Amino acid sequence: MHDLKMKYKGKKMAPAINAFHTFLYTPDETTHSGSHVRGADDLKRTMNTVIMALVPVLLFSVFNAGYQHYSAINGFPENFSLMEHFLTWDNAWIGIIKILPLLAVSYGVGLLVEFIFAVIKGHEVEEGYLVTGILVPLIVPIDTPLWMLAVAVVFGVVIGKEVFGGTGMNILNPALTIRAFLFFAYPTWMSGDKVWVHEARERSEAILAGASNIDAISGETVLGYLAQNNGAAMEAKYTVMDMFYGFIPGSVGETPTLLILLGGLFLIFSKIASWRIMLSAVLGSLVMGFMFNQVVEMGWITETSKFYGLMNFEFWKHLIVGGLAFGIVYMATDPVTGAQTNRGKWIYGFFIGFLSVMIRVFNPAYPEGVFLAILLMNVFAPTIDHYVIRGNVKRRMKRLENAVIHPKDSDGKAAELQAETV
Amino acid sequence: MGLLSKKDTNLILDPLADNNPITIQVLGICSALAITAELKASLVMAVSVIFVLGVGNVVISLMRNIIPSKIRIIVQLIVVATLVIIVDQVLKAFAYELSKTLAVFVGLIITNCIIMGRFEAFALANGPWKSFLDGIGNALGYGVILLIVGFFRELLGSGTLFGIPVLGDPIAKTGLYATGYENNGFMIIPPAALIVVGIIIWVQRMKNPALVEEN
Repeated sequence: MHDLKMKYKGKKMAPAINAFHTFLYTPDETTHSGSHVRGADDLKRTMNTVIMALVPVLLFSVFNAGYQHYSAINGFPENFSLMEHFLTWDNAWIGIIKILPLLAVSYGVGLLVEFIFAVIKGHEVEEGYLVTGILVPLIVPIDTPLWMLAVAVVFGVVIGKEVFGGTGMNILNPALTIRAFLFFAYPTWMSGDKVWVHEARERSEAILAGASNIDAISGETVLGYLAQNNGAAMEAKYTVMDMFYGFIPGSVGETPTLLILLGGLFLIFSKIASWRIMLSAVLGSLVMGFMFNQVVEMGWITETSKFYGLMNFEFWKHLIVGGLAFGIVYMATDPVTGAQTNRGKWIYGFFIGFLSVMIRVFNPAYPEGVFLAILLMNVFAPTIDHYVIRGNVKRRMKRLENAVIHPKDSDGKAAELQAETV
Repeated sequence: MGLLSKKDTNLILDPLADNNPITIQVLGICSALAITAELKASLVMAVSVIFVLGVGNVVISLMRNIIPSKIRIIVQLIVVATLVIIVDQVLKAFAYELSKTLAVFVGLIITNCIIMGRFEAFALANGPWKSFLDGIGNALGYGVILLIVGFFRELLGSGTLFGIPVLGDPIAKTGLYATGYENNGFMIIPPAALIVVGIIIWVQRMKNPALVEEN
């Protein structure tokens, strides 16, 4: 590898070779000028930590894929036991054949695009795609066709990231750009009650075509039931604990709230992700959910309204269904696209939670809005930061005005002092 | 060249590429977003704008010495409005279905920034022949982009070109659809036009780095 690196030095393919090299070894270059702070937590380390926090979620989703598939066919087991019904080879097998290809396509296509851009532009390949690559398969429905995913990944990486200048320069979270592209481009594959459980769609198509030897299966998400004002059927099927542990249908990896919570704590303690964003996003969603609950309490929305199901949903349960927890922990906290200032983070996070629940309730076609809310706040993050910084400047100016300045104006020090503060 | 001197040729050719009203001056974006989901609508829009801008430029140019500069915008508006109403009536008479697709956007040619821009920037200061060429050139530049955007949006979004299916039948699953291909719904909605225009701008500037603005 070292020889290859030397051989290709200065050539067109150099960035690609270098990328492999730094992926395997620590670079041997040192800086030559100025003083530097050495830190062990480089970009690669940061990315790897996030991936570590995602691995349990990925493993869970492998088993959940099979569990949802077989439960949809045979009914949910009466006396659920983790070893007998969940951690089985049959379940894992479904997960492996469905989720591994998604993961492979996501990484393969995404890294290919990154390599091509690095070679064209002659800069080094950045590690930015490592996290995006594992996030993408976790936030799409399980039966997403691989070519659609590939198209979306190309779109997301090129339009969402490379046109802005690559990793660290992007305005929008690339994983969510990919998700949004899929949602708007192929809505029939991204919403409804036939996409969340493996084979549900194929079976319904086969039955439409006249097959009679198979049963139709469907896996409506919790939010899907609620959007149809069918809360009773949902409660009969899934308990609160099911929702918390994640034994419910949904996008591949968004369901296990418990594991996401642990991943979030891990990210907070390793200081990779901002606890301010997570906490304020949770608060934001609770506030919005509580307001909707109150609207129902007041009798403004009755059972005939199409918003009743979602509005009547107890406010704290919003956190354990759908992609809210996943989005808050792994995507709202993206340091590139989020707010940078501490007070900005509070505002940014709060509105993510607030808007997620709001879009979730009012979205007519699809009872979910986390990815839209985060993308929207991504766009607003620089504005929030701008005003926080302006506010800081203003407050300090005021402090300066009220301050008693020694020594007196006569020797010109005050003018100097003022100039420094501005 | 005979009819056209070199300078005159440039009046037509410049706006097609290096001084394109949409990709370089970034004018007339609104209609480029609104009506490019179908190639047919794009074509009609392009032809309408060629007519309005070509004739309008000549009319303004002829009147340029007698228009009081204080009320020139109003005069310009009246000229465009007259021409647009002609286009609108012709469409309603001979292509009623299409005029319904284009709906308000034919009327909104009046507010197309390219038209007012050319009146202000060129026709008020040049003779009728030159103004005519400039109008045709700019409208062509606008039309070319509209057609490119319309081509990609209709092909990827609906699988058709000018309404004729070219990729097979999406419902009966023939042609490309038999392999599992599906139409891209994203291409139908207006933001897609913004992204396609963005990509055109990107490609154009990559080919001709002189167009890239300095910061």
